[in-house]
Amino acid sequence: MDIVTLAEVSGNISVLGYGLAALGPGIGMGILVGKALESTARQPEVSGRLQTMMFIGLGMIELLGLLGFVAFMLA
Amino acid sequence: MSGFQGAGMLLAAKAGPDLPAMKDFLPPQILFQGTPFAINRIILIRIVATIVLLVVMSVTASRAKLIPGRWQSAVEWLLDFVRTNVVYQVMGEERGKRFVPMMTTLFFTIFIFNLCSVIPGANMAATASITMPLVFALWIFAQYWVAACREQGFFKYLRSELAPAGVPPLLLILIAPIQLIEVLLIRPFSLTVRLFANMVAGHLLVATCLAFTQYYLVDAQNALLAGAGVLWFVGGMVFTLFEMFVAALQAYIFTILGSVYISQSYPELG
Repeated sequence: MDIVTLAEVSGNISVLGYGLAALGPGIGMGILVGKALESTARQPEVSGRLQTMMFIGLGMIELLGLLGFVAFMLA
Repeated sequence: MSGFQGAGMLLAAKAGPDLPAMKDFLPPQILFQGTPFAINRIILIRIVATIVLLVVMSVTASRAKLIPGRWQSAVEWLLDFVRTNVVYQVMGEERGKRFVPMMTTLFFTIFIFNLCSVIPGANMAATASITMPLVFALWIFAQYWVAACREQGFFKYLRSELAPAGVPPLLLILIAPIQLIEVLLIRPFSLTVRLFANMVAGHLLVATCLAFTQYYLVDAQNALLAGAGVLWFVGGMVFTLFEMFVAALQAYIFTILGSVYISQSYPELG
C-alpha cells in the first residue's frame, strides 16, 4: 500500500509552539492590568504604589512569554 | 491570501527579501582579531554608546544652572524619576539612599544601550548579546548578597529566604530547594533573559518589516506590490516607535526588579 501525502508542513513547527506559549502570559497580563486598573479606580490615592507592583508582576509575566521565544530561537 | 500567493508566483524568479537571522547577533570581529579583546560590531556600539553617555552627562552636569533649561530639566526629570519612582518607592528613602547611584547608572546605561537598536547607523541594541545583560544581572546579584551579608548575616538571610515564616515544617522539604534555586539562579537568569530576549525580538521585528519594505518597494520593481511595501514601511515605523518605548520599559523593569531583590535582602521592617 502506498503512503499518500495529503498535506505537508514546511518550516519550523516551533512557531506554533511559541503561539501556544504566548497564550498563558497573555491571559495573565490581561488579568494583571485589569485588576490594577480596577484597584486604581477604587482607590486612586495609591495608584503610584499599585503601578510599581504592576510593573514587577509585568516583569515576571513577560519572562514566561520570552522563555517561549528563547526556546523558539534555540529550536 | 490567494492574492499574496499570486504575487509571489509573479516574482518566483527573484530571490526573497533579506530577512534577519540569528547570525546578525554574532557579527564578525573587526578589531584585534584572535585576541581576548576582539571587538565586533555590537561591542563597538557599546563603547561608543558609553562614551556618548558619559560625555553628554558630564557636559550637562558641568553646565547645570539654577534655572534649568529644557535639556537640563529633562535630564533632571529622569534622574528624579529613578530616585523617587524606582528606588525610594521600593526600598524607602533610608535604605534606598546608598543604591541610588547604582540604579541610576544601570537605568541610564540600559536605556541608552537599548535605544541603540533604533539609532540609524547602529541599528542594533548593545544589550542584544547575552553577555551585557548578564553583567548587569550579576551586578544586582552581587549587590543583594552583599547587602544581605551586611544587614542580616549570611546564614540568617539564607534561613529567612529558605524557610519563610509561617510555612509548615513538612512543606519546607518542597519550599526550601525551590527558594534556593530562586535566590541563586532564577533571579539573575530571569533578569538576563528578559532584557536579552526583548532586544533580540525587537530587532528581528523591526528588521523583518524593513527587509520586506526594501524587497517590495525597491527590489520587486512592480507597481502592484508597492502598496504592500508601503504597508510594511508603516509597520516598520510603528515598531520603531514601539522599540523606543520598550527600551525605556525594559530599563525601568530591570532597575525596579533589581531594587526589589536588594530590598528583600534587608530584614523585615518591624
